[in-house]
Amino acid sequence: MTDNRRLRTRWLGAQPIGGLFALPYFVFVIAIFAYPLAFAVYIAFHDYFFTAPNVEVDRPFVGFDNFVTVLTDPRVLGSFRNTLVFLVINVPLTAVLSLVLAAALNTGIRWVAAYRVAFYVPYLTASVSLVGVWMLLFSGNGLINTILGPLAPDPSWLVNSGLAMPMIAFYVTWKQLGFYILLYLAALQNVPKELYESAETDGAGALKRFLHVTIPGVRSATTLVLILSIITGANLFTEPYLLTNGGGPDGASSTPVLLIYQLGIQQQNPDTAAAIGMILVILVGMLSLAANRATRER
Amino acid sequence: MKKISAVALVGAFALVATGCSAGGGGGSDSGSAEATGPIKVWLSNNEQEVAWGTAVVEAWNAEHPDEKVTAQEIPAGSSSEEAITAAITAGTAPCLVYNVAPAAVSGWVKQGGLVDLSTLDGGSDYITERSGDVEAYATDGSYYQLPWKSNPVMVMYNKALFEAAGIDPEDPQMNTYDAFLDGAKAIVDSGVQSAIWPAPTSEFYQPWFDFYPLYLAETDGTMLVEDGASTFDSDAGTTVADFWATIYKDKLAPNEASTDDAMSAGTTAMQLAGPWAIPSYADTVDVGFMPVPTSDGRENPTTFADSKSVSMFTSCENQGTAWEFLQFSTNVDNDGALLEATGQMPMRTGLTDAYADYFAANPNYVAFAEQAENTADVPSIPNSVEAWQAFRDEYSSAVIFAKESVGDFLSNAASKIDTLVAE
Repeated sequence: MTDNRRLRTRWLGAQPIGGLFALPYFVFVIAIFAYPLAFAVYIAFHDYFFTAPNVEVDRPFVGFDNFVTVLTDPRVLGSFRNTLVFLVINVPLTAVLSLVLAAALNTGIRWVAAYRVAFYVPYLTASVSLVGVWMLLFSGNGLINTILGPLAPDPSWLVNSGLAMPMIAFYVTWKQLGFYILLYLAALQNVPKELYESAETDGAGALKRFLHVTIPGVRSATTLVLILSIITGANLFTEPYLLTNGGGPDGASSTPVLLIYQLGIQQQNPDTAAAIGMILVILVGMLSLAANRATRER
Repeated sequence: MKKISAVALVGAFALVATGCSAGGGGGSDSGSAEATGPIKVWLSNNEQEVAWGTAVVEAWNAEHPDEKVTAQEIPAGSSSEEAITAAITAGTAPCLVYNVAPAAVSGWVKQGGLVDLSTLDGGSDYITERSGDVEAYATDGSYYQLPWKSNPVMVMYNKALFEAAGIDPEDPQMNTYDAFLDGAKAIVDSGVQSAIWPAPTSEFYQPWFDFYPLYLAETDGTMLVEDGASTFDSDAGTTVADFWATIYKDKLAPNEASTDDAMSAGTTAMQLAGPWAIPSYADTVDVGFMPVPTSDGRENPTTFADSKSVSMFTSCENQGTAWEFLQFSTNVDNDGALLEATGQMPMRTGLTDAYADYFAANPNYVAFAEQAENTADVPSIPNSVEAWQAFRDEYSSAVIFAKESVGDFLSNAASKIDTLVAE
């Protein structure tokens, strides 16, 4: 191999034509993900606001000022607290319910296709329309309170600062469940039947087979479910915006993404909005890493 | 793979660096004040207003074949203001936008997106001759908006529900806070779910339809911020906030949003609205109007103007034509056509005299026309939207959800707004 060819191989790989095929995706990733992300980092460290083209303004570097501003703002801290409440309810509930339901649907029960469709339909339906249904169910004079009568909470579900965020967590869990069930159903196909037969031969009951065969067998799917539900939770916007009227009673269901929208788009402060975004990315990365480690095979 | 990632990252940062440094240079205006030629304008999504705009554009185009105007509805977005902000940033704003909210103007001026109308030929004179004293609409002493029309907010009520509650629908006598609360209790006692139903949601503009009209009435037109400082942490602010807190505490208004149009559904007997609401209920509810209440029941109190303006954008190349068309579309005849088509009040002096025939034929609008002479708007201040959002957050917490005291709400909101205005 000549030096030139070695150098070319080193930079372009053994099959340079493959790089050509990958080029559109590479450009897509740079334009849609890498550039905006890097731009957001730039904005977060500057006194930045959007202007009309060719308008010359001073946008000085301000170091961590924007981060200090958002981290000392009670609204921002409250939104992160709300997200934590959401994740504590939604993530375990999603993982447990979707695994249990997927395992049940995998046992060959009757009408399995109908059940799968029933669980998947909410995931496919636009959140906006489902939110409307939940508002009718859980509003002050909605169906649920009519049934509960004097047992209904006061203030009602969606305007109760203690219940607003859990309601959103339950709603999202219900809506997303079909997707996670599908992930687990796919993973369950890869668990060797022989393991179940061996366990049964050794006298393991259904619960023990679930605990010692099914759960370890779908470990990689569990990692995926946890990471995806954490990311979904961190990106929460539509549900609090619509279900609890733009952030709920006294900001009880406000989320970081909702504040990013308010600050960046409505109030024209993209610099502080970008700082919240940076903090969110870092926290989600840390949580995802923790979820990955917790479910890693030892 | 690691090398590819590194190259991608370096490339991305290089793009950022070049992208960010390319913004400088050049003035803000891409057009000139004398240039003529085709222009584009945006209209609101209101059906009647679109019909008016289309007719005005057709009339103009018939006489100006070389300066053709193209009108379209404002692009869909969460709000018009967000669509316009995005268009300014992208350089795709049209020459003129009708129906802009004055609260957003200061932010667009900061963006370098608006043309100073005062610098155009006869600009300031035209604005003041048409509308009278509109100094409050100036930003840093210049007019970046032409105050176009106002929608004075009044109490609109369902006459049938008033009658069922034992209130005279032709003369409700609810102009003091005490009388208003008594009437509201009678309405709820008669079986209506809520007496009045302002949206309890947290958007920055909601105070304009609950707290602010009553505050303007209570103070004879003192705006939220005057001379660079907030005004509402005062006895008048406390009185108004206490009034609304009582409404919520006594469950005369729900603290969650209505899932439908509460006036049409009959789940509320009153709402605070402008004349734009009249056509909505023409076939469904027999509505009446009364001025917003005050603590002492004063006659003809000031209220929120809920005005809308027309602004010219720096991305406009043919600003000469835009300025000519703006004057044409707001002349006496076209203002009359606007009133006829929409029921909204053109911001010109002597309204009832100028269009006497219209008001004789449409007595429902007379109260609004008279009220239009006695209005105030949002102050033209830096960080306007952020200031109103801060106000709304504190208001929601104290008045709607009773999680803090009214006193804390007023002092906290005042402190935040003073800081924002001083920036």
